[in-house]
Amino acid sequence: MASIEVRDASVDFPIFDAKTRSLKKAVLGVVGGRIGPNASKVVVVEALRGITLDLQHGARVGLIGHNGAGKSTLLRLLSGIYEPTGGTASVQGRVAPVFDLGVGMDPEISGYENIIIRGLFLGMTRKQMDERVGDIATFTELGDYLRLPLRTYSTGMRVRLALGVVTSIDPEILLLDEGIGAVDADFLRKARGRLTDLVDRAGLLVFASHSDDLLRDLCDTGIWLEHGQIRMQGPLDEVLVAYNNRGPGPKRRPPAGGGRR
Amino acid sequence: MPAQVLSTAVARTPATLHRSRSWGLAFDDLARGWRQQELWGHLGWQDIKQRYRRSVLGPLWITISMAVTAIALGVLYAGLFGNRLEEQLPYILIGFIVWAFIGSSITEGAMVFIANERLIKHLPAPISVHVFRLIWRQTLFFGHNLLVYAVMLVVFPQPLSLASLAAVPAFALLMVNGFWAALLVGIVSTRFRDLPPVTVSVVQLMFFMTPIVWIYEDLLNSTNETIASRARLAELNPFLHYLEIIRRPMLGESFELRHWVVVLVITVLGWALTLVVLRNYRARVSYWV
Repeated sequence: MASIEVRDASVDFPIFDAKTRSLKKAVLGVVGGRIGPNASKVVVVEALRGITLDLQHGARVGLIGHNGAGKSTLLRLLSGIYEPTGGTASVQGRVAPVFDLGVGMDPEISGYENIIIRGLFLGMTRKQMDERVGDIATFTELGDYLRLPLRTYSTGMRVRLALGVVTSIDPEILLLDEGIGAVDADFLRKARGRLTDLVDRAGLLVFASHSDDLLRDLCDTGIWLEHGQIRMQGPLDEVLVAYNNRGPGPKRRPPAGGGRR
Repeated sequence: MPAQVLSTAVARTPATLHRSRSWGLAFDDLARGWRQQELWGHLGWQDIKQRYRRSVLGPLWITISMAVTAIALGVLYAGLFGNRLEEQLPYILIGFIVWAFIGSSITEGAMVFIANERLIKHLPAPISVHVFRLIWRQTLFFGHNLLVYAVMLVVFPQPLSLASLAAVPAFALLMVNGFWAALLVGIVSTRFRDLPPVTVSVVQLMFFMTPIVWIYEDLLNSTNETIASRARLAELNPFLHYLEIIRRPMLGESFELRHWVVVLVITVLGWALTLVVLRNYRARVSYWV
């Protein structure tokens, strides 16, 4: 059974500038004694703080929050790409993360080959992908284009291909990031059905999006992230209402050092 | 600029870092990486096909360029050192083929995570997958280059015997060592970005310090006592031993135990060090990359 259990997890990114990332600095720092209090300090971005989540099989969770609130980071934490720097995160089940449709796509090889590779990346076997190629070809409507190298495709065609692959897999935990809506409206309408099917097949869904409609289609619970913390968690509609009525201004912190607007 | 909280923190070691730092997770990374053979096997081939896509001869260019280099340098150095071509050319050829594997495993190892940043940040996979892919790609290069060796055996037959089969475990040792070297250099380079250029320079330097174009035994047996004693210093170069365990059987020369002992000792030490680094910094790679 798929489940996600996160306890008080935090994700801190060390930001190495050219100076702190250099070996010379580290070696000289050790050998030559303290250069000064600042030399040993690394700027840290606290991307997530005190995240506690308990998601069981069947959960359909929508992540809501403004840009930089930590939605993508949380998805990466749940997928196991980032192990928490504080607290714990335990994920049971086969994870299929769909963050960037372009990753793992090779422009020089044919659409067919890309379908196979993309599937391997998502944890499928070659045999499983061979069985699905026909279905994906029909769905994407790319026809003979599938035999041409990917570089001859338009952006929309690439998205179709990627969506075709993604929606053909059988994940236990599906993690979707926004941006998959960047297809033409007709195709999206067609893709929605497949996307809903996919979500039904998956044991657990976490979906980050700015589109209330898509969120309502796919999710029933909502998590509102702000400044890397969970601001609110509950039924999707309530969270969406609260988020949309959050009022402007005061909640957003201006970038450090920024002047008045 | 994302609106996360920026803070300056003195090095802190929260509880979970210790949880991520476990031997179990380190070995698990290697085991899961190994099991994803379909993925890295496919990608390794892809890397090679990619490089020669749309060229008529394709990956055969690997073989051809190796042949051209070996013949040109074989003829050149045979003339320079006054050696016989049938000795110099096979020696240089095998040296080049083996060095191509060793050198690229290390230099490309320095970039193994940096170059795969997008994959690492978008798809959860054991970090060892990228190293398996690298070593597999280098093995395929090695395989292509062996064709040149096969042709050479026809032109300049070597006194091969059953003992020459020692080249097989020798190459296995090269792979096992290439793996830890790439993994170790890869992790450290991801944190310290000065390392990749340093690695390239060091590997280049080692190419000249290692008997690849110059014949080690000729210098050892030199009538000039100074040259002979200096040549003995080459024994301190670990790459000499890595080269000798495979070159000697491929040239049909006698079995020298000491080269194998040195290689086995370094293999154990290298893996021990790499496992410690993997245990402590495996989970940091996706943060650093």
